[in-house]
Parts: sequence; C-alpha cells; structure tokens
Amino acid sequence: MATAAITTEREHYLNKEYGIRSWLLTTDHKRIALLYLISITFFFFIGGFFALLIRLELLTPAGDLVQADTYNKLFTMHGMVMIFFFLIPSIPAVLGNFLVPMMIGAKDLAFPRINLLSWYLYIIAGIMMLHCMVTGGVDTGWTFYTPFSTAFTNTKVIEAGLSVFVAGFSSILTGLNFVVTIHRMRAPGMTWSRLPLFIWAHYATSIIQLLGTPVLAVTLVLVVCERVLGLGIFDPNRGGDPLLFQHLFWFYSHPAVYIMILPSMGVVAEIVPCFSRKRIFGYQAVALSSIAIAVFGFLVWAHHMFVAGISLYSAMIFSILSYLVAVPSAIKVFNWTATMYKGSVTFSTPMLYAFGFIGLFTMGGLTGLFLACLGIDVHVTDTYFVVAHFHYIMVGGAVMGYLGGMHFWWPKISGRLYPEWLGKFAALIVFLGFNLTFFPQFILGYLGMPRRYWQYPAEFQVLNVMSTAGSTILAVGYVLPMVYFLWSMRYGKIADENPWGAAGLEWKTASPPPTFNFEETPEVTWEAYNYDQIPAPAEVLIER
Amino acid sequence: MSEHILSSKLYYGIWIALMVLTVVTAGVATIDLGPFNTIVALLIATSKALLVILFFMHVKYTSEKLTKMVIISSIFWLLLLLFLSLTDYGTRYAGHG
Repeated sequence: MATAAITTEREHYLNKEYGIRSWLLTTDHKRIALLYLISITFFFFIGGFFALLIRLELLTPAGDLVQADTYNKLFTMHGMVMIFFFLIPSIPAVLGNFLVPMMIGAKDLAFPRINLLSWYLYIIAGIMMLHCMVTGGVDTGWTFYTPFSTAFTNTKVIEAGLSVFVAGFSSILTGLNFVVTIHRMRAPGMTWSRLPLFIWAHYATSIIQLLGTPVLAVTLVLVVCERVLGLGIFDPNRGGDPLLFQHLFWFYSHPAVYIMILPSMGVVAEIVPCFSRKRIFGYQAVALSSIAIAVFGFLVWAHHMFVAGISLYSAMIFSILSYLVAVPSAIKVFNWTATMYKGSVTFSTPMLYAFGFIGLFTMGGLTGLFLACLGIDVHVTDTYFVVAHFHYIMVGGAVMGYLGGMHFWWPKISGRLYPEWLGKFAALIVFLGFNLTFFPQFILGYLGMPRRYWQYPAEFQVLNVMSTAGSTILAVGYVLPMVYFLWSMRYGKIADENPWGAAGLEWKTASPPPTFNFEETPEVTWEAYNYDQIPAPAEVLIER
Repeated sequence: MSEHILSSKLYYGIWIALMVLTVVTAGVATIDLGPFNTIVALLIATSKALLVILFFMHVKYTSEKLTKMVIISSIFWLLLLLFLSLTDYGTRYAGHG
C-alpha cells in the first residue's frame, strides 16, 4: 500500500465545502458564477443544436429535412435560447459575477442572496422554456411580433413569453447587484478613474439591464393579456396598434444587443493591454464610450421598423441617431489598436480571441451603418444581410469576447492552465468557421435571399453550402474549449496567482481565490493598467 | 444607513387612496370627457405611481444619492420612450390627409 502523502491544501472557494447543498445554497459570487457557467453552457449547446438543424435544412434548396412549420419553430427556439438564455447572461452572469467584486477589492457582491435568487429565476425560466420546447414549441420568431403572436399562431406563445419574462427578472437582479456593488463596495483607493474597464463595461451593461428589461417584461405581459383576455392593445381589429408592440419590444431589445456586446468590450479592454504590455490608450475615452453606448443604444430602436410603416420623419430621426452609435464604438476600436501600437504584442490564446473580436465586431458594426441608411435598409430588410450583420456582432463579437475572457480568467477560476497550443488552434478554428458560416450570408442577403424561409431558389445553393460547412467547423471550435477546460481541471498545469503578468486586483489574490477573495482588504495606490510597473512572466516572454 | 420607519397608519392611508383612485379611474371611464379622457386617466395613474414611489418605496425619506439617481434616470428613460415614440405617432399620418 502506498503511503499517502501528507499535503496541506490551501483552502479556496472550490474546496471550502463539498456536496450538492453547498453549491445550491451558496451565496459566494464565484460559486454562483460557476452555476451560471454550467447552465448557460447547457443552453448554448441546445441553441447550437437548433442552429445546426437550420443550417442542415438549408444545405439544399428544397425543404426536405423539416417542414415549414418545424423550420419556423427551429429558428424561433434558436433565437430565444441563444439570446435570453445564453448571450444576455453569458459574460455578466459568469465572468461578471466572478470578477466584479474581486476587481474592485470587495468580498462579495452587495446582495449575495439576490445573486443566488437571480440564478434560480434563470433556472425556472429555463425549465419553462425547455417545457415549451418539448411540448410543441413556438413559431413567432424570437421577436414575438404581433398580431401574429396574439391573434394567429396556435403555438406556445404564452409559456415562451412568461419564460422570457422570468429570465428578464434574473437579468434585472444581476444588473441591480452590479450597480450597487460598484457604487458602494470599492476598496479604499479604487476611485472611478482607477476602475478596470471591465467594470465600466459592466456598469454600463447594468444600466441597460435595469432600465430596459422592465419594458420588455411589460410588453410580454401585454401580449399575454391580449392573447388570453382579448384586450385590444396591439391587434388593429380590436383597436390596437401592432407597431406599438414593435416600439416597446425594440426599446429593450435593441439595447439588449449592447447587454451582449458591452461586457465583451470590457473583456477585450483587459486582454489587449495585458498582451501588449502597455497601459490602455485613452482610458477615459474607453470608459466613457461604454456609458455613451448604453445611452445612445436607447435612442435607435426604430431602425428595426423602417419598412414596418412608421412615419418617414421618425425614420429619418432614428436613422441619424443610429449612425451616432458608431462613434463610441469606433472610439473603442481605435483605442484598442492604438494600445497595441509599439506594444510588445504576444499572440496568446486570449489575445487571438481579442483580435477576432476587433475584426469581426468592426465588420458587424460597419454593416450596421449600411442598415442605418434608410435607402439600403429598404433593400436588405429581412434578408440574410441582416442575419449576417447581427451574427457578426452577437457571435463574432459577443461570443469571441466571452471565449477570450474564459481563456484569460480560466487560470483564476480553476487554478489550472489549459493547453496553450490547443487554445490557439481552437481560436483559429472558431475564426475560420465563423467567417465561412456568416460571410456568404452577406452576399446571399444582398442578392435578395429572404430570412426565415426553409426553401430557396437553386442559384443560392453554393453560398448556402459554404455557410453550412462553416457551421460544422464552428461547432468543432466551440466544443474544443469545453473539452480541454474540463481536461485541464484535472490534468492542467497548476497556475500561480498571476500567470499572464496582468494588472488588476483579481490577479493579486490566489488562484483559485479564497472564499472572501482577499486575505485582507486591498488598498489601491496605483492607476489601472500600470503595465510599466509589472514585469511580463517568463513564459510570455519566451513565446514572444 | 438609517432606516426610516413609517407608521402602519400611513401605509393603510396610502393603500386606501390607491383603492379610491382605482375606483375613480373606473368611474371616469364611463363618462365621456372628449379630449380629456386620456388626460384624466393619465393624471390619476401618475398620482398613483407617485404615491407608490414616494411612500411604499420610501423615496420621500431617502437620503441615498444612488436611489435618487436610479429614480431620476428611470423617469428620464420613460420620457425617452414616450418622446421618441411620439416622433412616429405624431407624424405617421402627416401628408395622408
């Protein structure tokens, strides 16, 4: 019998308590982040499964894999799951939950129990959505457009609507927690101008979650009221106005795009200075541009309605305002690239994702300008051009940022390093797969292929085959990190407290961190991103 | 942070006021006031919302800047929603007779 080695393992948040109860009743923000990580990964793969079925159907021009009705349900469920159950909670609920208190030097979020409640609400909403899916699904598109959703379809609109309603409250509570935490729980010396840009991005995101989500909740309740009680709110036959639904829905749902993308921008703003070994260029401009995006994001919603019958004057106003969002977005992109200028850039995995983000977000953003232009929008509304545009933002941007962030902070979360070469390989696969999937869709849309149809004319097939081929490559790129993250939890090299030589309070505590994050409350006496004072770790230097 | 404790009497008073205003809303709906139909309904609804915000949500007694900031920005955001929607509703039929 081998003699057991006597080890005194350091206590941290993962090994402090064991058992299912210790997880389901935890109020530790780091454990709740992991609960969210598991749940959103589950929903990501469900949403991804629907996406693959959609792409498989579109491999051939004929509607041969599924019928039109099923296809309608597939793209609806894909959208609902990916938006409400993956993208919106993704970075805030996982990385935000894990990092916000640590980055500002706090022991936990301001309301730990509300944090746990938000996860339970998410799970309840998720179960409702799963139930809705297996008992017939819903076919309105993720947008619930009236009067179709209230007067015509006989699918599960009410259950899906209520599920999103509950998920919305989960999102509101996360936002509320972040706002209060960032205002009230910063460590001594952690002034607003010393906050990491990840925090600024989350602050801006929380503003949207707090102020926008209630409008979506009210709108969905009105849909349910009209459907169940026959109230005439949106149905013109009963004295309602269908465009009122679109105004209310997009008042939340356009800023919701910024709930998805702002946290990713926060991640990129952490990764770029670290792997360029330079202070971020234009700290203040990047910080304030997050707030500007959050505010401007609320002024542009009717660009989703240019061909829906809104007044021309209103369309012109919203068109001009939509162009405005490009300004703070461009400020960010220029500042990130300026940070790299004359920096010591290392092409580590998180940095590859950051590069991917910058490129794909820029393409998504610039094609957004096409859509803000009234003349072009009329031509490409409801075509694959729009599909490609928002996937460049929401997948190319938000998911790239999420994966970059997961790789960057994985050593902190798990205390282990993932295999670097496999990380780089996966990042490359994701980038190639993504572009092969979605770039052809720009062309398809411009040529006039409408979205949301299960059949198409034969001349569109080549581009559709490219897109479907790309989606399978993309799927491999998404499965890989999950596999090697799981592998690394047992076999990965042990990470020290700061494997990247990164600035930020979260790197000054052990990996994985103790339950209350710091042995003693830190006092901040330095500016954010003081890379001139932090030596790069040996491994990063060798790779360069 | 000191909690301001309100008497239960005040809470019941506010509750009764809200109930009365609800009855008034329903009552007024049966009378045709012409162009004032919407205005009166909105006035009553706003006063009810104010009662809830000021007393039930303790905003009248709060000294927290953060709370005030949240309330003010919420109202501002509501105005954004209304104002920008009105750019459509106010001009949708312009030029159509």
